[in-house]
Amino acid sequence: MFGLMVAAWLAVPVGSALAGGPTVYKNARIIPIGAPQIENGVLVVRDGKIEAIGKAGEIPKPGDAEQIDLDGMTIMPGLICTHSHLGGGWGGDSSEPIQPACRIYDSINVRDSGLQKAQAGGLTTLNVMPGSGHLLSGQTIYIKLNDAKTIDGAAIRNDEGEIMGGMKMANGTNSQRQPPFPGTRAKSAALVRQRLIDAQAYQRKIEKAEAEDDSDKMPERDLALEGLVEVLTGKRVVHFHTHRHDDILTALRLSEEFGFKIVLHHISEGWKVADEIVAAKAPCSVIVIDSPGGKLEAAELLLKTGAVLEKAGALVAFHTDDPITDSRLFLRSAALAVRAGMSREKALEALTIAGAKMLELDGRIGSLAAGKDADFIVLDGDPLSVYTKVQQTFVEGKLVFDRSKSADRLFAVGGYGASDDHEPFSCCLEFGPGGPHH
Amino acid sequence: MLRKFNMKQNAIQTMVAMVSLLLSVQPLTAQTLAVRGKTIYTMAGDPIEDGVVLIDGKRIQRLGASAQVTIPDDCRVLEANVVVPGLIDAHATIGLTGYLNQAQDQDVLERSSPIQPELRALDAYNPRERLVEWARSFGVTTVHTGHAPGEIISGQTMIAKLTGSSVNDAVIKPTAMIACTLGDGAVKGEQKSPGTRSKAVAMLRSELLAAQAYMRKVERAEAAATESSDGDTSANGDDEVKDSEDGEGKKSPQKPDRNLRYEALGWVLKKEMPLLVTAHRAHDISVALRLAREFDIDIVLDGAAEAYLVADAIKDAGVPVIVHPTMMRSHRGSTENASMETAAKLATLGIPMAMQSGYESYVPKTRIVLFEAGIAAAYGLGFDGALRACTIDAAKLLGIDQRVGSIEAGKDADLALYDGDPFEYTTHCTATIINGEVLHEGER
Repeated sequence: MFGLMVAAWLAVPVGSALAGGPTVYKNARIIPIGAPQIENGVLVVRDGKIEAIGKAGEIPKPGDAEQIDLDGMTIMPGLICTHSHLGGGWGGDSSEPIQPACRIYDSINVRDSGLQKAQAGGLTTLNVMPGSGHLLSGQTIYIKLNDAKTIDGAAIRNDEGEIMGGMKMANGTNSQRQPPFPGTRAKSAALVRQRLIDAQAYQRKIEKAEAEDDSDKMPERDLALEGLVEVLTGKRVVHFHTHRHDDILTALRLSEEFGFKIVLHHISEGWKVADEIVAAKAPCSVIVIDSPGGKLEAAELLLKTGAVLEKAGALVAFHTDDPITDSRLFLRSAALAVRAGMSREKALEALTIAGAKMLELDGRIGSLAAGKDADFIVLDGDPLSVYTKVQQTFVEGKLVFDRSKSADRLFAVGGYGASDDHEPFSCCLEFGPGGPHH
Repeated sequence: MLRKFNMKQNAIQTMVAMVSLLLSVQPLTAQTLAVRGKTIYTMAGDPIEDGVVLIDGKRIQRLGASAQVTIPDDCRVLEANVVVPGLIDAHATIGLTGYLNQAQDQDVLERSSPIQPELRALDAYNPRERLVEWARSFGVTTVHTGHAPGEIISGQTMIAKLTGSSVNDAVIKPTAMIACTLGDGAVKGEQKSPGTRSKAVAMLRSELLAAQAYMRKVERAEAAATESSDGDTSANGDDEVKDSEDGEGKKSPQKPDRNLRYEALGWVLKKEMPLLVTAHRAHDISVALRLAREFDIDIVLDGAAEAYLVADAIKDAGVPVIVHPTMMRSHRGSTENASMETAAKLATLGIPMAMQSGYESYVPKTRIVLFEAGIAAAYGLGFDGALRACTIDAAKLLGIDQRVGSIEAGKDADLALYDGDPFEYTTHCTATIINGEVLHEGER
């Protein structure tokens, strides 16, 4: 038995770092994001982090490193989706329009094949959103597509060890329906404002009790208000679904009144109010859809939204809204934005570092730089070409997708069983640690 | 003085030269438009490098290398890196599904009854719909559109050009196929019928049998009428004999009252048009092939997400496939096993195949066949195969290749111009020409 394990250990395939040992990826075109493209570049990975990046011959290669020759292929940071519904979770139900107590954390199935498909598209980090159809659908979660067996293993944690996520809100027609849901835009805003005012009062009570060190004055725990207090204190960014120009301004007005951090999502008509968005310094997470309409609030959706917002000076990211668009083709969103006038540089940032900033994770992910997480993808061509495929996806140095493996290829291309739930890598003697997982 | 005279003479000479040029190059009519392309994919032979297409009114007059084809001076010239035949979307719902997706602009699915072949697409097609302009701006010029999948028989389909201010201007074929859905797409679940696959197929077979019975009645009545009128013309005086026969109780068969539903199914049963069968699961595709054999009808498979599992049977049956949009959602349900390589696999087997934008009930309200073909190109079908699947092969599958689908003299002047590989994400469609008319210009 032991002999078998040793044999398996030694048979670790190319491209997977041995635990502890560094790996050098060489002979690659590297698009680091935030720094010039590197021809004949080298990426050194150790313990899940980037140890060094640079041109061949200009950075020291650790002597003990496993060397991977990428034969001219392209490396760029793992893609970040700021708005995904993968994992089969729901968040809030249809009982009420504002449900800040609901955590998507409690309903994600990490074996959902959609997560494997997302790896095949080069995604490494997702903001998984609850909803939609509410004014406030619940708490979002930021996860790594790291093949963890549980959601806790996938969740990204802050320096205090707490699971990170934002709060999903929406306005416009998305949340309009029969009472207790709002029937109009004005009612929508009034309901949200009242609830946030309740949360302010709750927050004051807590602060007072703490200031006076009087536990008797501490209010009973209220999960919904606790969630909203995290919005008011800036611990949770509000990810705000909003399409029409006037709805976008309403979202900004609420953000200003209550001082919460906001990322505008979808913003089909963002191109009409680009200056107002920039004045409010609101980041924009844009969806790219093949045709306008499909619902009233997306009637004026155009491919040029990213380009217009870029020129106005806004921070722009893209998202899949998977299953609305397919994570396997996320690069396409940036490419279509370039087609409609966005710069190549900003379009690539919109898949990576811009999203990282919106999730407040730009110190760790979103670009390739020493000290950052080794989340990267290997492409067989230009990232904006229809003919280019993601060949490999790495999360914290671990190979989580390899197109040359038939089981992984199934997720990339589709076919029989591609949508079945799958067991993330756990034991699999024949592969050993760090090896192919499916 | 001398100088003035010379100028005058020059002017006269120039005029004479121009007139003779006009007479020599275009003896009958004036070219209205010329398209010059660095590469022209005619889909009828090898691509032409540095070529010219001359358009005379609504049709292509001439084409060839620019050295061989002179562009008349008075002709408007459009230039592009790549010129292809106007794209054909082999199955869409454009014109029947409005972009707003509100009840008042959705005419693709009538839910009052599961079998309604009498519904004509012609009566619902809106040529001014915004998505018509949208698809056109990416180079799409012809669509096979109509009633969507979602009922056992949802209605008829039609073929239209993406032009014109009325359906009459747009239509190529007023009725192209009868749209049928097999599998969970047409099954309504508990409390409603059809609630199961078996029930749906039983309902469809019963309806086809009823239509056959109707057709027999019509044929008998028509045959009798022909016999009777033949008698009238062949010999005078037979009337009396026939009348007496009738009088003895051998009544002539009565023609049944017209029934639009059975008439429409009759077109399929008489092989005047195919049944367009949307089926994704392999076992639903098998049902479609079984029905085609039982009723001796032509079918076209639509969607066919699991076609790769039963490709040999499809090939043996000689059935063409309008393969699902390459980017069709495939997370759950009957499309969950869809593969982006299905088009490539069918093409490799030599199964006649075309690309489509399909039907979307939400966003995107329409897909663009150019984009779907592009992904298919990247997933094994290749550039040539993908371009054929949305031009000449689509035209052949739809039976309109005598007019569209390739760039050839005499065919409709439908062209799409691009500033690069049409399938590349970052390429623009710079012009779309339908029936010789430039209907889109710019960078889309």
